[in-house]
Amino acid sequence: MMADEMMDDEGGKIKKFLYLNRKAPYGTIYALESLEVVLIAAAFDQDVSLAFVDDGVYQLLKGQDTGGVEMKNFSPTYNALGDYDINKLYVEKESLEERGLSVDDLMDVTYEDEDDDWAEKPSIRLVSRAEMGELMEQQDVVFSF
Amino acid sequence: MVLHTVNKSPFERNALESCIGHAQPGSAILLLEDGVYGAVKDSTVADKVAQAAKDCKLYVLGPDLAARGVSQDKLVANVNIVDYNGFVDLTVENDTVQAWL
Repeated sequence: MMADEMMDDEGGKIKKFLYLNRKAPYGTIYALESLEVVLIAAAFDQDVSLAFVDDGVYQLLKGQDTGGVEMKNFSPTYNALGDYDINKLYVEKESLEERGLSVDDLMDVTYEDEDDDWAEKPSIRLVSRAEMGELMEQQDVVFSF
Repeated sequence: MVLHTVNKSPFERNALESCIGHAQPGSAILLLEDGVYGAVKDSTVADKVAQAAKDCKLYVLGPDLAARGVSQDKLVANVNIVDYNGFVDLTVENDTVQAWL
């Protein structure tokens, strides 16, 4: 069945929601606010994707240790998103490369696939800029952070 | 000499580029907060920053690197990592502090 034909429990159409993240963590409040809104939206059983573009790719860097700056390290939260059926984290390859980074520098974000005997699978999907553009085109709603 | 501070990502603002363009040889440049991303090697701004590290004294605030998960082995050459006490020392050693907000 096509995703755009799916219905929720009340017979309403399930919409495709994209959360577009383009800001680095900690320097501004955007990244943390995005996570807060994503977690709220998780309660509404929609088709949720997260996109990490431009400085947004910094949000997923592994090894974040905020002890020295006395701020909350919210990076472990990305790995908890799978428990809320949010397991599509699209990361743009060109954004990583422009910043001297690769997917190896990112956290291992995973989810348990209930349709596959709860097998642990990666949530991060590396896509090209062209593919990211197509993904954006397919959405019903885009929230920008 | 002047201590220049840059706290914005070079991929979002031109603060670092403008700073490098104005800083006199021998002056100090401190990258902090989101500015620390400018010190990562192999990026599209790395060549400019590596050159600035030769002409000036380039510093990065360690606690901000750690918070963002940027390991020290990913930095361009000739970068000095300082802690908050080192930051204070830099403000004392230099005549003025110029922030590139």
